[in-house]
Amino acid sequence: MSAAPDHRPTFARAGLSDRLAPWLPLLLVPLLMVFGWLAIPSTSSWLTLTVSGLAMGMMIFLMASGLTLVFGLMDVINFGHGAFISLGAFVGVSVLLALASWTAAASLPLNLAALGLALVAAVLVTGTMGWLFERVIVRPVYGAHLKQILVTMGGLIVAEQLILVIWGPAQIFITRPEMLKGAVTFAGAALEKYRLVAVALGLIVFLAMRLVLRHSRIGLIVRAGVQNGEMVQALGYRLRLVFIGTFVAGSALAGLGGVMWGLYDEVITADMGASLMVLVFIVVIIGGLGSVEGCFLGALLVGLVQNYAAFLEPKLAMVSNIALLVAVLMWRPEGMMAVVKSK
Amino acid sequence: MKLLSQDRPGGPLISAILVLLLIGLALAPFLFPGTRALDTAARICVFVVLVASYDLLLGYAGIVSFAHTMFFGFGAYGVALTSEHMGRSFAALGIGTLSGALAAALLALAIGLFSLRVRAIFFAMITLAVASAVAVLVSQMSALTGGEDGLNFQIPRALTAAQKYADFKLFGVTLNGKLLNYYLVFSCATVLFLVLLRIVNSPFGRVLLAIRENEFRAEAIGYRVVWFRTGATVLSAVAAALAGSLYAIWLRYVGPSTVLSFEIMIDILLMVVIGGMGTMYGAVVGAVIFILAQNYLQGLMGLAEGALQGLPLLPQLLDPDRWLLWLGVLFILSVYFFPTGIVGRLRRR
Amino acid sequence: MSDPILTLKGVHTDIGRYHILQGVELEVPRGGVTMLLGRNGVGKTTTLRTVMGLWRARAGQITFDGRDVTALPTAAIARAGIGFVPEDMGIFTDLTVEENLILAAASGPLSSDRLDRIFAAFPPLKTFWKSAAGNLSGGQKQMLSIARAMAEERRLYLIDEPTKGLAPAIVATMAAALRDLKAEGAAILLVEQNFAVARLLGDSCAVMDDGRVIWSGPMAELAADTALQERLMGLSLEAP
Repeated sequence: MSAAPDHRPTFARAGLSDRLAPWLPLLLVPLLMVFGWLAIPSTSSWLTLTVSGLAMGMMIFLMASGLTLVFGLMDVINFGHGAFISLGAFVGVSVLLALASWTAAASLPLNLAALGLALVAAVLVTGTMGWLFERVIVRPVYGAHLKQILVTMGGLIVAEQLILVIWGPAQIFITRPEMLKGAVTFAGAALEKYRLVAVALGLIVFLAMRLVLRHSRIGLIVRAGVQNGEMVQALGYRLRLVFIGTFVAGSALAGLGGVMWGLYDEVITADMGASLMVLVFIVVIIGGLGSVEGCFLGALLVGLVQNYAAFLEPKLAMVSNIALLVAVLMWRPEGMMAVVKSK
Repeated sequence: MKLLSQDRPGGPLISAILVLLLIGLALAPFLFPGTRALDTAARICVFVVLVASYDLLLGYAGIVSFAHTMFFGFGAYGVALTSEHMGRSFAALGIGTLSGALAAALLALAIGLFSLRVRAIFFAMITLAVASAVAVLVSQMSALTGGEDGLNFQIPRALTAAQKYADFKLFGVTLNGKLLNYYLVFSCATVLFLVLLRIVNSPFGRVLLAIRENEFRAEAIGYRVVWFRTGATVLSAVAAALAGSLYAIWLRYVGPSTVLSFEIMIDILLMVVIGGMGTMYGAVVGAVIFILAQNYLQGLMGLAEGALQGLPLLPQLLDPDRWLLWLGVLFILSVYFFPTGIVGRLRRR
Repeated sequence: MSDPILTLKGVHTDIGRYHILQGVELEVPRGGVTMLLGRNGVGKTTTLRTVMGLWRARAGQITFDGRDVTALPTAAIARAGIGFVPEDMGIFTDLTVEENLILAAASGPLSSDRLDRIFAAFPPLKTFWKSAAGNLSGGQKQMLSIARAMAEERRLYLIDEPTKGLAPAIVATMAAALRDLKAEGAAILLVEQNFAVARLLGDSCAVMDDGRVIWSGPMAELAADTALQERLMGLSLEAP
C-alpha cells in the first residue's frame, strides 16, 4: 500500500442529487422513526417499540447478511438458509439448558459466559453444517437457479426433519439468563435488557463485517467478486475458496441469529427458520441482493415497520412488510443499494 | 388424439400406465369400494389438476412459485364463503368458484408484473413472502374465515350422500349424491387437465418453452418475456383456484392446514418433480404415486418403527411423523438424478 | 520462433451451442508484441478468454512457458504469470482505484517502484487514487485496467482492444504505455483494431478468420502488403 497523493483529486462534479442518490436509503430509517413517532400517541411506547424494532432488525440482519453475500458472489440463492437459523437455535438453547446453573445465577458474568458459549457452539455447528450443505446440496447445481431453489428447499425440509429426529417434536421453552430478564426504564419507557443486548451484538457484527469488507484483502476480494467474479479469478484468486468461506461464515451468522431469536421469543421450533426466511427474503430483496449495507438498512426497516404496525394494527403486521417490499421495489426495482454488476 | 392436443404421453409403457390410471379413476367407486378409497380417488383428481397447473409454471415457464397453495386456497375459500353466506345452492358454488378464480387471477397478475419485471429469481422469494402473509392473515381473520379451525359448510343436497337417486345398487354401489359429487370432481378435473394440455401445446406454450431455454434470445426475437411469464402465472393460478374449489366441494370443509399450508406446497413440488417436470402427464403419475404413498406408506413406516423399537435412532427416523424427511431426501435425489421424473425416464426408453 | 512463451495447438472452444474456435494454432514468442487481428466475431476475444480458462477448450492444448495450462483453473493460470485485460476492462467499480490495484497484486503488497511506473504511465490514476473506480472516465478505466495487469511481474500480457472507443489523445497515452511494457521485455498478445497502433507496436502478427488463425508472420510483412491485408481481412489496413 502506498501513500495517498499529496494533492486533492479534482472531479468533474456530478450534480448534487446524483451524488446523494446512493445515500438516500440511509435517510429512510430515521424517517421511518419520525413517522412512527408521529403515528404513535405516546412517546414512551414509541421508544419501546423503536428499540424492539431495532433489536428485531439486528437479529434479522445477522440471519440475512450471509445469504445476500452468497448470492452476490456466486449467484447462488439458498432457500435452505433457514435450516441454519433453526439449527443454531437448537444447539444454542441446548447449551443454555445444560448450563442452567449459570443462567439461573444472578451474576452477569456467568450469564454472559453461558450466552457466549451458546453462541460459540451454535456458530461452530452451523458453520460446519454450512460447509457440508455447500458440498452436498449446493455444489452440484451451480448456475441453475431453478434446480438451486428446488434442491436447497429439499435441503431445508431434510434439515428440519433431522432436528425433529434429534430434539424430538415438541417445542422447547427457554428463559433468558437471569440478569438479562426484565427491563430498564429510560425516559419513561421500558426497554427490555435483552433487546438492548441484541442491538449491541447486531451492531458489533455489522461493524466488524464492514471492517473486514473494507479493510482486508479477503474483504476486497469478496466485494470485487460480487461485482465481477471472472475478473477476480483472472487476477489469480480462487474465488471458489472465498465463496465457501463466505457460505460457511453466512451459515454461522444465521446460527448466531437463530440463538438470539430463540431467546427473544423464549421458545424454539424446528420450523422457526423457515418462517423467519420470509422476513429474510424481504430484507435481502429491498436491500439489493449482494449488498451488506443494503441488507442492514433493510433489516432495520423491516424490524421497525413490523413493530410499529403490530402496535397500530396488529393484524396488519405481516402485510405491512409486504407493503414495504412493494413500496421499495416501486422506488428502486433492484433494491435500495443494488450492486452494479460490471459484467 | 385431438383431445390430447397431439401431445402423446410418449412410449407404450407410459401410455398403458396412464390409460390404467384413467380407467381406475373413472371406475373408482366401483373398483375400490369404501369411503376412504373414494376419498383418495377424489383427492388424486384434484391434485392432478393442481400439480399440472404448477407444472405449467415450473416445467414450461421455468419459474418457481411458492404461492400455488395460496391460489388453491382462494378457490376453496371462495366456495366456502359463498356457501356460508348465500346458503347451500349451486349458485353459491358457481359464484364462489368464479370469484375465487378471479381473485387468484388478479393477485397472480399483480405479483407477476411486479416481480418478474425485475428478476425472475425475485418471484420465488416474493411468492413465498406473499403466500405466508396471506396464510397468517387467513388464520387471524377468524370472524370471516374461521381461523385455524376453518369452515364447515353445506353443499346442495344433490351432491351429498343423503340424496338417493335409485333404490337399487349398481354393482354393489349406492347411487347417491356422493357418487354424483365424485363424478363432478372427476369430470371437471379431466376437462381442466385437457385444457392445460392444450395450453402447453399451443403457440403460447411453445413460446414459454423458448423463453425457458433462452430468455435473451426469446426477448431478442421480439417476445415480451415478462408478459408471457405473467400470463403463465395467471393461467396456472386460475387452474389452481379451480382445483381448490373442487376440493372444497368434495370435502365440504376448508381450513388453513388442508388448503393453504406450506406442507401442501411441498407436496406439490414433490409430485411434480417425481412425476416429471415439463411433461404434464408427470402430474398424473406424481399425484397418484404420492397420494397413494401418503395414505398407505405411513402406516408401513409405523409398523417398521414398532419393529425396530429399542434400537438407537432408527425408530425415530422411521416414525410416521418423519415421513417428510424421506420425501425430502427423495426430492433432492430426484432433482439431481432424475430431473425429468418418472415420465421423462419412461419416455427415453 | 523457437521456444515460444505461449502455444495453442488445435484449440476448439464452444460457447453454448456455437462452435467458436475451430482449431486455433498460435505461437507467441518471448518478448515483443504479437498482434491478433481479424474482423469482428472471428474469435479473437474467445481465444484470449480460452487461454485464461474463462471459456474451456473442448479440444487442443495450451502451453504456457513449457507447462500445459489447458485444464488449470483460471486463478492458477493467472498466477503462472499472465496478466489479462479484458475487452470490457473488468473494473471493480465499487472499489477505489487504490483497492483495484491492491487486489491486482495478488502475491503480495504492491511494490512502490511498480506503483511509480504505473503513476508515470497513467498520471490520472494518481489523481483519483482514493476515488471509486466507477467514477472514472472510459479512458481512465482503461488505464486502470492495464495498470492492474502491470501491478505484478507478468511474463505475458493478454490485452483485448485497449484503444476501443477512446479519444485520440488517450490512444496515444495507451500506445506509449504499451511500448513501455514491451521495452520491459514481457511478451504481449494484443487484440487491436486500430491499425496505427498495431503497426507502431506489433512485431509479429496473427490473423484470424472463422475461428482459425489463417496467417501469421512478421507485422512488417503484413503492413507492407495491402493485397495480403485485403485477402486476409477483406479490408486494407491503410484505408482510413
